[in-house]
Amino acid sequence: MLKIKDLHANVEGKEILRGINLEVNAGEVHAIMGPNGSGKSTLASVIAGNETYEVTAGDIFLNGENIEDLSPEERAHNGVFLSFQYPVEIPGVSVTNFMKTAINESRKAKGLEDMPAKDMLKLIRDKSELLEIDRKFLSRSLNEGFSGGEKKRNEIFQMAMLEPKLAILDETDSGLDIDALRIVANGVNKLKSKDNAVVVITHYQRLLEYIVPDFVHVLYNGKIVKSGTKELAMELEEKGYDWIKQEAAV
Amino acid sequence: MAYTEEELKKELETKEYEYGFYTDIESDTFPIGLSEEIVIAISKKKNEPQWMTDWRIEAYRVWEKMEEPDWANVHYEKPDFQAISYYSAPKKADPNKKLEDVDPELLEMYKKLGISVDEQKKLQNVAVDIVVDSVSVATTFKKTLAEKGIIFMPISEAIQEHPELVRKYMGSIVPTTDNFYAALNSAVFTDGSFCYIPKGVRCPMELSTYFRINQAGTGQFERTLLVADEGSYVSYLEGCTAPSRDENQLHAAVVELIAMDDAEIKYSTVQNWFPGNKEGKGGVYNFVTKRALCEKNAKVSWTQVETGSAVTWKYPSCILKGDNSIGEFYSIAVTNNYQQADTGTKMIHLGKNTRSTIISKGISAGKSQNSYRGLVQVSSRADNARNFSQCDSLLMGNECGAHTFPYIEVKNKSAMVEHEATTSKIGEEQIFYCNQRGIDTEKAIALIVNGFSKEVLNKLPMEFAVEAQKLLEISLEGSVG
Repeated sequence: MLKIKDLHANVEGKEILRGINLEVNAGEVHAIMGPNGSGKSTLASVIAGNETYEVTAGDIFLNGENIEDLSPEERAHNGVFLSFQYPVEIPGVSVTNFMKTAINESRKAKGLEDMPAKDMLKLIRDKSELLEIDRKFLSRSLNEGFSGGEKKRNEIFQMAMLEPKLAILDETDSGLDIDALRIVANGVNKLKSKDNAVVVITHYQRLLEYIVPDFVHVLYNGKIVKSGTKELAMELEEKGYDWIKQEAAV
Repeated sequence: MAYTEEELKKELETKEYEYGFYTDIESDTFPIGLSEEIVIAISKKKNEPQWMTDWRIEAYRVWEKMEEPDWANVHYEKPDFQAISYYSAPKKADPNKKLEDVDPELLEMYKKLGISVDEQKKLQNVAVDIVVDSVSVATTFKKTLAEKGIIFMPISEAIQEHPELVRKYMGSIVPTTDNFYAALNSAVFTDGSFCYIPKGVRCPMELSTYFRINQAGTGQFERTLLVADEGSYVSYLEGCTAPSRDENQLHAAVVELIAMDDAEIKYSTVQNWFPGNKEGKGGVYNFVTKRALCEKNAKVSWTQVETGSAVTWKYPSCILKGDNSIGEFYSIAVTNNYQQADTGTKMIHLGKNTRSTIISKGISAGKSQNSYRGLVQVSSRADNARNFSQCDSLLMGNECGAHTFPYIEVKNKSAMVEHEATTSKIGEEQIFYCNQRGIDTEKAIALIVNGFSKEVLNKLPMEFAVEAQKLLEISLEGSVG
């Protein structure tokens, strides 16, 4: 599904990613953990094609295709989804209108007609039920005046609507109370299948109690310094990141 | 809606002004220059009664002594008023002729504009009075309207057929002495629309007028007079397109609205005069005076979408004379490249319990300058007057400007006046967010701009809202790199 080889990336001349190697297969859930400033969000942005970051070396393959030259929207059309850590507000554009546009733009890229309104409504109904979203919420302006929890739930709702092959959840757990966390995690679990993959970026082990990863990677100083299974996450929770930093320094 | 994304895409590909063609019609054009003789000649040409001629002459004499105002936040080379021809009529046009007799070239031009009279005729609920180069050549739906006693005709015809009404109301809201451009218009206006809605009549269709500048170097000076008698209702649409030209064209219109007791007028405008090219060359100068008088319990709503013109100077206003009267102003002003707009409104509260709402959305891109200028005035006897103003500016890029000049003058302690203003920028983060969801940058901007403008777009009649939405997208094409 996703294969990253020796990826280096800069922002404003400063090297943030210093040689990332990662392979994610269909049906897998990977967790990327690490202390603040280790490059987790940068990695997510670079995969999604954010041009603020400059890729200086290495390759990203999606289903065997090098996506270096693909624009962010083309990557999205190919099934990449990023749940943003800080979703932006777009005043006056309802969640429904935004999703309708997103879905039809992706369909257009694939040479398909717009989704019939009837199907769109059904999809919206199904997915909002799945995520326990009040439909009144969907006529509100995108992220405007949303609480932290609402924003994150909205991100996962969009994921459900777009049915990506590769979903990257960037700190989706931050700002969520325990009920919201449970709903979001349940949503992700329901969307998981053998045909798609999820990369969960998180600070804490808490979210991983709900979304159980197959693999856990520790990112530190722009590199993956340790990989393991879910037990690694528990170890990190217990011991913190200092021992990783020490190990990496050796 | 018939409008599809494919059509939109096609339009976005056309970066040049899409209505920038020129139709070759033999014109009956006056020599350039302005004098009392020219004013009299215009009046004579139109077979006007003496009182009309005198009115024009008086206006001309006032204008002669006036200075062109320069307080607006716009900078341009002042037009040479002696280098303009003040009268031009399509030769073959004759208001008495049937549609079939109309110059086929004119009909062709309507088709290019997507407003062919043939099509318009078929459109239900829209009566169209089309002004091409100062003389109206086709009026439709007249009969249906006549049954209700509604008068809707070119103002030149109204001067002949309903002199008592025209004489009574013309200049009563915007006097000849009002300002430089209004005085000029009063002296030289060639045509425009007249509309009268009788007592208690609800106009059954949207009244619509398309204006168009065609003849090179011909200024166009329309005059619109709309009288809604007691308890009546009318919704009026005004839309403009102009062919692209290298030289500046002057447009100085006057619109007067009178809403008598319990009457309601909705006046909607989509303005798309040629804005000049990417280097800021050419384009229309649009200096317009629009004002409404509201009697007791009357209501007037101005809604405008301004995307065109090189220079815009326009303040549709409401004089809230009657108790409990309501004034509204909803505006979207888009400037791109080197366009300059100084637009807003005046809400003059004279009566008790008068209310006004101002929603202004300014969108600036390129190297353009976009200013909101508004006055809210509450007189000493206007007890319990209320105003709410909201001015939002959206900036695209780093080279444009957005300015807000709100003036508030309150002389009554019971007044409540609120003003809110915001300025935002279309951020890279917003664009990336849309991109990540599969929406390309052009479409993302359209989405963000439409969201920003929604409160105003919602105020437009349906068919106009679609057109306005298209215009917004075309106007901002290519403005974020």
